[in-house]
Amino acid sequence: MITLVQDLGAGVLQFIAHLGRITRFGASVVRAALTRPNRVRIFVSELFNLGVLSLVIICVCGLAVGMVLGLQGYNTLVRFGAEQSLGAVVGLSLIRELGPVLTALLATGRAGSATTAEIGTMVATEQLDGLRMMSINPIHLVVMPKTFAMVCVMPLLSALFIVFGLGGGYLVGVVLMGVDGGVYISSLQSAVDYYDDVAGSLLKALVFGVLVGLIATYRGYTCAPTSAGVSSATTSTVVVGSVSVLIFDYFITALWGV
Amino acid sequence: MSRSPARDFVVGLFVLAGLGAIAYLSMNVGGFSFRRAGGLVVYASFDQTGGLKARAPVVISGVKVGQVDSIGLDKNFRARVEMSLDHNLQIPADTSASIVTAGLLGDRYISLQLGGEDKYLKSGDEITMTESAVILERLIGKLIHSTDVQKSE
Repeated sequence: MITLVQDLGAGVLQFIAHLGRITRFGASVVRAALTRPNRVRIFVSELFNLGVLSLVIICVCGLAVGMVLGLQGYNTLVRFGAEQSLGAVVGLSLIRELGPVLTALLATGRAGSATTAEIGTMVATEQLDGLRMMSINPIHLVVMPKTFAMVCVMPLLSALFIVFGLGGGYLVGVVLMGVDGGVYISSLQSAVDYYDDVAGSLLKALVFGVLVGLIATYRGYTCAPTSAGVSSATTSTVVVGSVSVLIFDYFITALWGV
Repeated sequence: MSRSPARDFVVGLFVLAGLGAIAYLSMNVGGFSFRRAGGLVVYASFDQTGGLKARAPVVISGVKVGQVDSIGLDKNFRARVEMSLDHNLQIPADTSASIVTAGLLGDRYISLQLGGEDKYLKSGDEITMTESAVILERLIGKLIHSTDVQKSE
């Protein structure tokens, strides 16, 4: 019984210690971003790795989710004779919730795990120590471009996901099910508000980008320098990243009503 | 890190596509516009708006010509609705406005019935002839009440 309580206490302390370390890690990343030389070249190549290479999965998933929403929404709405509101249903659920969240989950699996594995392998093969030997700060050269690329990429990917989702909903609702195209678009336009919905959706995506970028790089940077350490760090990025995205999503929605 | 024109081009395309998607969501779907004061702004006061919301459409003969910007109270505690219409519309000054419902339980919107006067509404003018929203619950309440009265008599 006493050991159980001890375990609980140790777990909580460890969690708080992790929280403090990741905050200090984030601060050192921001500090690295403000010191010269700027790493624009590396940043652009990270945009390619994290953004462009995630494009296909984001667009395909967006289309699929939009089509499912269109189908489910139509089947539910048609019972109430309200299939004119299909555009509003698809648009609001995609913009307010599914777009940013699913994009963040997909990006965690696709780009976050790759980031952790890359940095973790550099730790395990002592490449970061090599950089330190040459008095190059590894956070400045390796970590910072990746974190900021993730932050910048997330809103762009989320917006593309939403646009493809709206297209998928249109495809199923209008082309397949025969809702009028103009009605779909106009119910979408009249339901969605810029400040309440679109700006909030972008804010969410930005927060998720910071979250996933920091967790992925932190896990890689602090992983144990063995192959088992790299694999467990990669797993933990996906698990912790996904869970914290969903938890933060609740709090953003509850606090700001997005 | 050396320059790689092909990769840079693809990244540029990706950023442009993403920004384009954000712009489409903001402008077209979200209805965000940089020029707020472009349209013809007119006011109308109603006794009862019955759940009319901002951004509700304003229609003439069923065609959307503008939207409700804001709803507030005037000094006589009537609902004062500000709406902006397409700026090139010429609407007679004796036009009347009524709040109607799309379907039985649908959204409220404003319908304009054009008058016949030669003078046209200018921005900032007031539509004086208005017809308030019909509230279904109140109608039902009246109906039940009147049948009760008839029975007791």
